[in-house]
Amino acid sequence: MFTPVLSAGWSDADSFTLDGYTRRGGYTALSKALAMEPDALIALVKESGLRGRGGAGFPTGMKWGFIPQGDGKPHYLVVNADESEPGTCKDMPLLMANPHSLVEGVAISSYAIRASHAFIYIRGEVTHIIRRLQQAVLDAYAAGHLGKDIGGSGYDLDVVVHAGAGAYICGEETALLDSLEGYRGQPRLRPPFPATHGLYGSPTVINNVESIASVPSIVLGGADWFSAMGTEKSKGYTLYSLSGHVKNPGQFEAPLGITLRQLLDLSGGMREGHTLKFWTPGGSSTPILTEEHLDVPLDYEGVGAAGSMLGTKALQCFDDTTCIVRAVLRWTEFYAHESCGKCTPCREGTYWMVQILQRLEDGTGSEEDLATLLDTCDNIFGRSFCALGDGATSPIVSGIQFFRDEFIQHVTGKGCPFDPVASTVFAGATA
Amino acid sequence: MAVTNGSGPQGDPRLSEQVRQDARAIIARYPKKRSALLPMLHLVQSEEGYVSPEGITLCAEELGLTKAEVGAVATFYTMYRRKPAGTYHVGVCTNTLCAVLGGDAIFDAAKDHLGIGNNETTPDGTVSLEHIECNAACDYAPVVMVNWEFYDNQTPSSVRELVDGCRSGNPPAPTRGPSSLCTFKEMSRVLAGFPDGRAGEGVQAGPATLLGLQLAQQRGETAPAYPDGTVPGAVNEDAK
Ligand SMILES: Cc1cc2nc3c(=O)[nH]c(=O)nc-3n(C[C@H](O)[C@H](O)[C@H](O)COP(=O)(O)O)c2cc1C
Ligand code: SF4
Ligand code: FES
Repeated sequence: MFTPVLSAGWSDADSFTLDGYTRRGGYTALSKALAMEPDALIALVKESGLRGRGGAGFPTGMKWGFIPQGDGKPHYLVVNADESEPGTCKDMPLLMANPHSLVEGVAISSYAIRASHAFIYIRGEVTHIIRRLQQAVLDAYAAGHLGKDIGGSGYDLDVVVHAGAGAYICGEETALLDSLEGYRGQPRLRPPFPATHGLYGSPTVINNVESIASVPSIVLGGADWFSAMGTEKSKGYTLYSLSGHVKNPGQFEAPLGITLRQLLDLSGGMREGHTLKFWTPGGSSTPILTEEHLDVPLDYEGVGAAGSMLGTKALQCFDDTTCIVRAVLRWTEFYAHESCGKCTPCREGTYWMVQILQRLEDGTGSEEDLATLLDTCDNIFGRSFCALGDGATSPIVSGIQFFRDEFIQHVTGKGCPFDPVASTVFAGATA
Repeated sequence: MAVTNGSGPQGDPRLSEQVRQDARAIIARYPKKRSALLPMLHLVQSEEGYVSPEGITLCAEELGLTKAEVGAVATFYTMYRRKPAGTYHVGVCTNTLCAVLGGDAIFDAAKDHLGIGNNETTPDGTVSLEHIECNAACDYAPVVMVNWEFYDNQTPSSVRELVDGCRSGNPPAPTRGPSSLCTFKEMSRVLAGFPDGRAGEGVQAGPATLLGLQLAQQRGETAPAYPDGTVPGAVNEDAK
């Protein structure tokens, strides 16, 4: 059921140190990789079936293969450590407990794509994790795992830890590049794609933290070892993050294709006396699902077939005390706040959707508002410049799909029938 | 509230030569110098507690940009402050999951207790308050951040104690973080890329982070062994 790889050493108090990582086999994959041809590494990652863990599930080896070779331009690896999709909470604990797995993955991946400069773009709002990452990079330099002539191989690599400054949109890969170049973080038009015109106009691979941190294990285990875990088209192990009204929230490393029912059964289920009402499979940008989807295999195909997306495997569980209108309004406020303003459907649409949802929550909305909301979503989805706009429509469309009656109840009952106190973790206690 | 208008006398730059040196050290990290702008703005906050006019001038001068260009970038990002932050900057997560689990009540309690609203600072300058978006810690909801250090699993009463501690200059330690809380300015310097030597403090992981691993251990489960027979993450006897 569980397949701890990235998390295997986390119970050691010093798991985040170079010693702690080395004791558990750390940096042996780097030596092995540096003895291989870069192209052989790209082929290995392709064959393993690793798909990007940042949300979209794009095959990692294929992405690396798009980098032109012998083009005379510098190549760059950029790690996306922006982790800001609501509900997503896997990369930050990974970096707190085991930053060297990322640093080793960066060294191997940069060598494979023939980059001599890598950047780790980490959200700024996580001071201690930034410290841990900075220290891991410094220690890796001192140990000769980064810098000049790594392990006597003749390969040079510089790694910079770069802290962002609070903008969800900078997780979108082209906005991230603009931000890393010192501009406002707004998405770029594609094509050209980052593989040919990325950072400073040069070939660039952008991968999620977990994707890159998985690479050392693939080097050690091989493609067959990795693809023996998971399902037909979703290979390997991954981190699932369980949160919300569950008895025991936390991180679970398991093969792709596990179900929420299995995770709930093993971890203790929903909190006492309550039932699951709705959940997100992969953050707020993935349409919500309900109790009837408990047995959906949590892989790219399974969740897709259920009408949602695997996304970041951020399983936010809400119980029967939660008001759907309140949840959807709050997520929509998030998208309105984080819309970068570049395109009209998203900038204006999210603004108006907040207004409408607010009056529904206040009890001053009308049934017609539901149609207006869905109509607005129609005008945003597929018509926005980047995927933030699409994501903004997910909670609304899926919320109305599954809980239309509850929206109507806010209209007919002229307000919210739920008690917000009942849904808090300290309900019943004297706070 | 103490207002800093930031306009020091002409030819009397308040930012020290050291800041300029640090800014140049940041610039040296990047293939193209404009990439240094975000960390340089964190550096400005580490001196000024906000992005001051002097700081904008310094960034513009060092990077060969106009002040308007620097200002346009600074205003895009929520972490850059237009007014001085408190010594302790408190952020309460009110994104959906934390809000529902208690973040809204916690934010109200913090406002009432401090007597300030969103994005305001106490008159003595010790505490500023803001509601924040999901901080990648939902398995520890409701989450409060002070100077962007984690205070997990909070309640209204724990947050009243937390802000009282901040006001009296004796805040409790973060739950997953260093053994004591640093100031907003000290934190900003770390974000600018100048380590403070405290990475080794604090736990490697909180209880929620470890839950899946503990269940695996109880159930005697591991990932499949590598072809050479070693189990992923097993202690390597040679390396000890
Ligand atoms: C609004 C928005 C926010 C995103 N945030 C993140 C993020 O925080 N981390 C991440 O890895 N990917 C994020 N992505 C996805 C990235 O654009 C990109 O697909 C990903 O980093 C690629 O890495 P992967 O192939 O390893 O998954 C975001 C996408 C969008 C549209
Ligand atoms: S969809 Fe939204 S976030 Fe994306 S470019 Fe348009 S305005 Fe910006
Ligand atoms: S919703 Fe508060 S940390 Fe994620």
